Amino acid sequence: MTATDQSHAPEERAAVPMLDVRDLRVNYRGGGRTVPAVRGVSFTLDRGQTLGVAGESGSGKSTMALSLLRLLPSSAQVTGQVLFEGEDLLTAKWARLRAVRWSAASVVFQGAMSALNPVRTIGEQICEPILLHDKVGQKTARARAAELLDSVGLPSRRLGSYPHEFSGGQRQRIMIAMALACRPDLIIADEPTTALDVMVQAQVLNLLGELVRESGIGVIMISHDLSVLSHMCERLAVMYAGQVAEIGPSKQLITEPRHPYTRALGRAFPTIGDPASRLAPAGLPGDPPTPSELAKLNESRGCAFEPRCPEATDACRTETVELWPSGPGREAACLRVLEGSGA
Amino acid sequence: MKPVLEVRDLMVTYPARRGAAPARAVDGVNLQVGQGEIVALVGESGCGKSTLARALVGLVKPTGGQVLSDGVPLGYSAAALKAYRRHTQLVLQDPGGALNPRQNVFDAVAEGPRLHGLTDRLGERVHTALAKAGLRPPEQFAGRFPHEMSGGQQQRVVIAGALALEPSVIVADEPVASLDASVRGEILKLILELRDSLGLSALVVSHDLGLAWNIADRVAVMYLGRIVETGTVEEVLLRPKHPYTRALLSVLPDSGEPPVLLTGEPPDPTSVPGGCRFHPRCPLRAAEQDSRCDGQDLPVLTGDPSASSLAACHLVQ
Repeated sequence: MTATDQSHAPEERAAVPMLDVRDLRVNYRGGGRTVPAVRGVSFTLDRGQTLGVAGESGSGKSTMALSLLRLLPSSAQVTGQVLFEGEDLLTAKWARLRAVRWSAASVVFQGAMSALNPVRTIGEQICEPILLHDKVGQKTARARAAELLDSVGLPSRRLGSYPHEFSGGQRQRIMIAMALACRPDLIIADEPTTALDVMVQAQVLNLLGELVRESGIGVIMISHDLSVLSHMCERLAVMYAGQVAEIGPSKQLITEPRHPYTRALGRAFPTIGDPASRLAPAGLPGDPPTPSELAKLNESRGCAFEPRCPEATDACRTETVELWPSGPGREAACLRVLEGSGA
Repeated sequence: MKPVLEVRDLMVTYPARRGAAPARAVDGVNLQVGQGEIVALVGESGCGKSTLARALVGLVKPTGGQVLSDGVPLGYSAAALKAYRRHTQLVLQDPGGALNPRQNVFDAVAEGPRLHGLTDRLGERVHTALAKAGLRPPEQFAGRFPHEMSGGQQQRVVIAGALALEPSVIVADEPVASLDASVRGEILKLILELRDSLGLSALVVSHDLGLAWNIADRVAVMYLGRIVETGTVEEVLLRPKHPYTRALLSVLPDSGEPPVLLTGEPPDPTSVPGGCRFHPRCPLRAAEQDSRCDGQDLPVLTGDPSASSLAACHLVQ
């Protein structure tokens, strides 16, 4: 009896994932034209899972992440479904959305310097979401803020300090402390370490990794650095031109990428000691599509990566490309994948 | 091999603001760049690597030591600097900021030659430089403005501007830090090609050890105003001696080793610790408890390019 109950419970949880994103599309409207930034992205994420989203600037990765909590400007038109605990956040009332932000899902933004208020102490800033969402007193909030600061490796006596009194790495840690303030189930980290030095980046990533392991939070981490993501996240989604080019377990995506773009991104960051990359930097000719090219892509058939693809064939220009299963738990949007499974 | 560019015991000290101690940004550095050689200078922000790069092109006047070009000490009169910069060109980090948004590509690249009075067959010179930088055909790009180009193309325009003067040395400060991953490799390839086809020497400043592995012959690791380890790329990156270099390599995602996380932030050039300047953060010193580490100053590394590796550490000699 108990055994069946136990086996039943995770099944039910698996049936309704914490986050279920379905066919998410974002269009920016302005100047009489429409620019599609995200063109149909779907994925799921459960508690305790980590998903890395990689891509170049303009690939739509940040737009995608921010649209999940409707943090985009009003010029952005978002369609599709973002089911958080079964509830669609894209159609939810503002009051409901405000309740979800911070307490259920929070964001670690890219530039800690501009995301923190320079004229308020960090203690006040960490307390603010706690006071608003958890309906506790000033004193409890203060104590929680001190605890949080301590958990990110900063002395709690610095609660009265202002953002400019901290270094870049410390500010990024304060941002993480704030994101954890209301014990959320989901954290969206948008390039959390991009502006930091290697050593400080390692410290921050280490901290984030520990906190996730301890608390079982779900994490979506956005970065342009595939090697950082593969180290931090179990699963990886590579975005190109507003779509997912390949998604699957991180290790497999790095060691045996099925999409030529994943392969190129992986090679862009060399492994020191690998003779193949010594005095041989690997790049990818051409540039990612510009906004106007993206608008055209939306109307035409063919693979968005085809103009830069070293393995493109005639079929790549004419066939519609979508995500196809390319192995257990992974998918790739490349015609080659179909050839592979056919053989 | 005779160095085309050399610094000897270079010091750059920035004067203090009221009451504070002066910042010793570069605090005794010996470094040589040979003919056709690519040297990578790596370190964290605040270690003095950008100040060193600026001193190399004469943008910062050293407070001690010398910059030598082909063995001749650099003069700091306006005329001497102008002549020097024909041979040593600087490529900056952010191409968007380095280019004038109201100037088209032709004028941006022609600016150097015009300043130096090289207006004879200017069009040909500019087009050659654009083609060398990989903007082909050059006629197609000459009329464009910076906002009409991608980041990678903008960086190629900046490099073309440097090449237009036919320099023998390029000093590049984080040339790919602001570029996308797939474009990064293309720009690094270009630097390697320029070395092979024109015999160009380069000093590339970066925080990225992978960049050194990708393009450099030799590497110098800088910490708090000094070079702490230098040598061939293979020796320094595969068999690092200095505990700082070892820590930097260990935190790379695919190092395969347990990461050595240094505590604290990069320290402050206004208060350089005595003894070995790395001792407050050094994991090796914590283990060995040697009295020389905080008691005895280390000599400045000679920067001798024939040595396969040199490390400034009491414990790993």
